[in-house]
Amino acid sequence: MPVAPATLLENRVTDNQGQDLKQTPLDALHRKLGAKMVPFAGYDMPVQYDGILAEHQHTRAKAGLFDVSHMGQVILRGGDAAAALETLVPGDFQELPVGKMRYTMLTNEQGGIMDDLMGSRGSDHLFLVVNAGCKERDIAHIRERIGGRCEMEVLYDRALLALQGPAAAEVLARLAPPARHMLFMTAETLTIADVPCFVTRSGYTGEDGFEISVPEDKAEHLAGMLLHEPEVKAIGLGARDSLRLEAGLCLFGNDIDETTTPIEAGLIWTISKRRRQEGGFPGADVIQRQIAEGVERRLVGIRPEGRAPARAHTKITSTADDSIIGEVTSGGFGPSVEGPVAMGYVKTTFAKPGTPVNLSVRGKSLPAEVIKMPFVEHRYYKK
Amino acid sequence: MATIKFTKEHEWISVDGDQGTVGITAYAQEQLGDIVFVELPEVGADLEPGGEAAVVESVKAASEIYTPAGGSVTEVNDDLTEEPAKINADALGEGWIFRIKVSDASPLDDLMDQAAYDEYVAGLD
Repeated sequence: MPVAPATLLENRVTDNQGQDLKQTPLDALHRKLGAKMVPFAGYDMPVQYDGILAEHQHTRAKAGLFDVSHMGQVILRGGDAAAALETLVPGDFQELPVGKMRYTMLTNEQGGIMDDLMGSRGSDHLFLVVNAGCKERDIAHIRERIGGRCEMEVLYDRALLALQGPAAAEVLARLAPPARHMLFMTAETLTIADVPCFVTRSGYTGEDGFEISVPEDKAEHLAGMLLHEPEVKAIGLGARDSLRLEAGLCLFGNDIDETTTPIEAGLIWTISKRRRQEGGFPGADVIQRQIAEGVERRLVGIRPEGRAPARAHTKITSTADDSIIGEVTSGGFGPSVEGPVAMGYVKTTFAKPGTPVNLSVRGKSLPAEVIKMPFVEHRYYKK
Repeated sequence: MATIKFTKEHEWISVDGDQGTVGITAYAQEQLGDIVFVELPEVGADLEPGGEAAVVESVKAASEIYTPAGGSVTEVNDDLTEEPAKINADALGEGWIFRIKVSDASPLDDLMDQAAYDEYVAGLD
């Protein structure tokens, strides 16, 4: 995104306009830690503490603590909740065992993605985590469509912390020993430092780690306990974005949105055989046809040669005739890759890993290659 | 004796005779964060005053750098190609970006001196 002739600080200037920002329960802690705060999805959020590069590297080397309390936490209760949710998402929740979780998305009638979300199955409920920027709309949508089939509770009084990195399990097990034995994409209620928490082994960095839902009045206490462990540092949204990009994880609003389908986005793996056959979610006809007949464009990883990052909205062109074949949706510098990384949509004929493409950056055509994501191998704890 | 002047867009230019050296300020690098790429102008390029001269990219975003004075580029800081973070470490020294032979020094009269710039930055926080 080229910054307009205004100033180097455009983001800051424009972001300062607008309505009052909400604060997370850890706001005072962020300020105490010297965070640079920025507006994000209506919240005043820490973008960095020590610097994005250092925070990114620390998370990959040890453990990072992220405040993701801006995200929406929703409980659906009742025997019909899983079947009801399946009318809104292509994910398989009726066959999801208690204690496990899935990644899925709310779809629209065109098969586009309204939001992506994580859903865990408790003994008598489903627990959903949705994006901050979408949460009010998601909640209204879910309530309108299935509010009569299950009891919906929005957890406005809970914070969400993410502890991510190779030392995350060791750290959390010191405070809550059972955490060590949880597997990737499982969920448990754990008591951490005397605080009852809902914990999932999941995250948004490609690293092993946990997301911890905690009552808001205990959030600062728990964050303080975790930060007291020698391996743990507070990490801001800047490094969260570079970590997820290297891990090849989609960002809603960039890589997926109402105009992109799960099949185009390479998320077919989130749809079980039964759901592919039965359909029964918004846009199922479009998605089933795309599964059967293929798609015209695909989300791919792109590795620019050289050092110049290609940002979102950079045009992707054919090396043969310079025609536009797609557009970058997320791009920047990958600190662990030590070079630029990007993802974007290209015509399916260009989607094969190894395909050379060009990126149109500031009027220059820069060589790049389609590659298989992730850029940095996932290190999930799967056993 | 070189004189240093500052723009509201947080570039600095140090002028000695008709030789100008341009970079971004310590405040700018602090706001941008870790710098990971610098696109340098070409030696010999003729720049209009206020024209786009370089691009500095942090992890998060790209920012265009405008030359405070017009002229022909005489030298670029090639070290920034391998070590863009030199701008973070020493924005007014080793993090200089390019040098130009200033064709017309009069626009510089409208720029801020150190004291005025410090006051300007203090007013931004």
